Amino acid sequence: MTTPRKPHVRRQYWNEPTMGWWERSYLLEVARGLAITGGVFLRNMGKWMTGRKGALTAYYPEEIRADYAAGNRGKHILTQRPDGRPQCVACNMCATVCPAQVIEIDAAFDPDDPAHPKYPSRFEIDYSRCVFCGFCVEACPEDAIRMVKETPDLPGFDRDRMWLGKEELLNWQPHADVAKPYPVRPAAEPGRSPDA
Amino acid sequence: MNAPDFAISLVYIAYALAVLLTFGAILTWVERKQAAIMSDRIGANRAYVRIPFTQVKLIWLGLFHGMADGLKLLLKEDFKPLAYDKLAYALGPWLAIVPVLLVFAVVPFGGTLDPGRLFPSLAEWFGGRTYPMQIAPIDAGILIVFAFSGITIIGAMLAGWSSANKFSLLGALRAGSQLISYELVMGLTVLGIVLIFGTVNLGTIVERQSGTVLGFLPAWGIVYQPFAAVLFLIAGIAENKRIPFDLPEAESELISGYFTEYSAMKQGVFMLSEFIEIAVIGALFVTLFFGGYNLPWMNDTGFVFPGGHAVPLSHGWVVVLQLLTFLGKVFLLCSFQILVRWTLPRFRWDQLLRFAWKFLLPLAIANLVVTAVALWVQQA
Repeated sequence: MTTPRKPHVRRQYWNEPTMGWWERSYLLEVARGLAITGGVFLRNMGKWMTGRKGALTAYYPEEIRADYAAGNRGKHILTQRPDGRPQCVACNMCATVCPAQVIEIDAAFDPDDPAHPKYPSRFEIDYSRCVFCGFCVEACPEDAIRMVKETPDLPGFDRDRMWLGKEELLNWQPHADVAKPYPVRPAAEPGRSPDA
Repeated sequence: MNAPDFAISLVYIAYALAVLLTFGAILTWVERKQAAIMSDRIGANRAYVRIPFTQVKLIWLGLFHGMADGLKLLLKEDFKPLAYDKLAYALGPWLAIVPVLLVFAVVPFGGTLDPGRLFPSLAEWFGGRTYPMQIAPIDAGILIVFAFSGITIIGAMLAGWSSANKFSLLGALRAGSQLISYELVMGLTVLGIVLIFGTVNLGTIVERQSGTVLGFLPAWGIVYQPFAAVLFLIAGIAENKRIPFDLPEAESELISGYFTEYSAMKQGVFMLSEFIEIAVIGALFVTLFFGGYNLPWMNDTGFVFPGGHAVPLSHGWVVVLQLLTFLGKVFLLCSFQILVRWTLPRFRWDQLLRFAWKFLLPLAIANLVVTAVALWVQQA
């Protein structure tokens, strides 16, 4: 005695067409579609003719996108002491943690600043290989390297042009670039002279 | 043919060629820019011409991209497939572009030109003769149009067949059946216009559209035959093998259809003929349905507005206005065709033929019958 099998029902993988008479008449819907695209064209054309921008795309690289997320990891910046020297102490922790090994630092000795005798005489990042992981920012003990939301604008035909040195990395606007307060006021520690 | 007639004919031919080739070149740019603006983009804007010995770069909204394309096509390798019919392969592009250019010969692009009044110093030479602004003012106008536009089918089919490529052959077959189907629809829609104006001479058809209907409407063909206008435009876009009717060159199915095996400027000629045909279809539509070179309420002596107010114009101004009116109308029609091309998705092959034979053809015949009955009632 076998159990009666359920009759096989072919499974339907598609949706029933939902077009009514209006859609099926085609020409009327075509007219509607043309009205929509033509309306978009006229609206955008009107914007261009009156000197506004009628497009959502940005001119790259002349124009910087306005809608980068606030937390976007873009170009690196080297934070500065109030006198303009880099806050970096050339400890090489960022270069060590960097998975793409794109950070090159040459350390030098500065006898005039006994609190921070070690400083980077050369600090270069190769943006042709950088993966923008942000590990350097995490690793830095001095808050000397941060990332702004704008990407480095380095389009070119040559990999050698995609290195940024200390001069380019140091030009940052504390108020616009990163929302963190600067300089971070160090807690008064005995035996350590405050900066400046 | 005497010397003045010959000179005028040469001027007309030069003008027509200049207009058509300029339209062909400009429309590549218009197509890119209009598509970009329709989809919230900026469009081609990088190619530039640098003035020699300076750093001044002329970009002009990307107008030079067409030049860059042409230069690239000219400099590309002229690849030839291994197995091909040499003569047919070479003839293909020419049979695609020459008939398109020839169609323009019977299209009137302006009113009547009186060169003696334009250039008084040459008045004696011309001896008071006037010339309709049309390269070939012959009676068989519309018939010539259909004869020549039928030849483009042979061009597409020869190109596809001689390439010895299965995709090309499929494209050629599609081109053949599609063009023949839509040629029929086109002919039947134009018959309505022929019935109303009582002639196939395009010059006369345009002249009869210069008055007004009901006192204020311009007496254009589209007022008498709105359905025929829509059907004619659809059939025209289908003749031109553009989206949504680009089955012969459907790139997602047939690589690029009947001109798959063509490279370099031979392929460029196919593209150029497509863009020129946009302008030619626009010109035909304007001639048949949009009053040709006529501005509303304008005749050969100036404007006469519906209120009875008249603004007389000199002959030179009338000629310039008529030429510009024609060009402007044709440009608007071209822009509309590009709008259609960037709005609609492609038909499926069976839908395409069903659309022609089961929808457009009955509509065209119905339009013809209604027109004939209405005319019969009116004359009885």
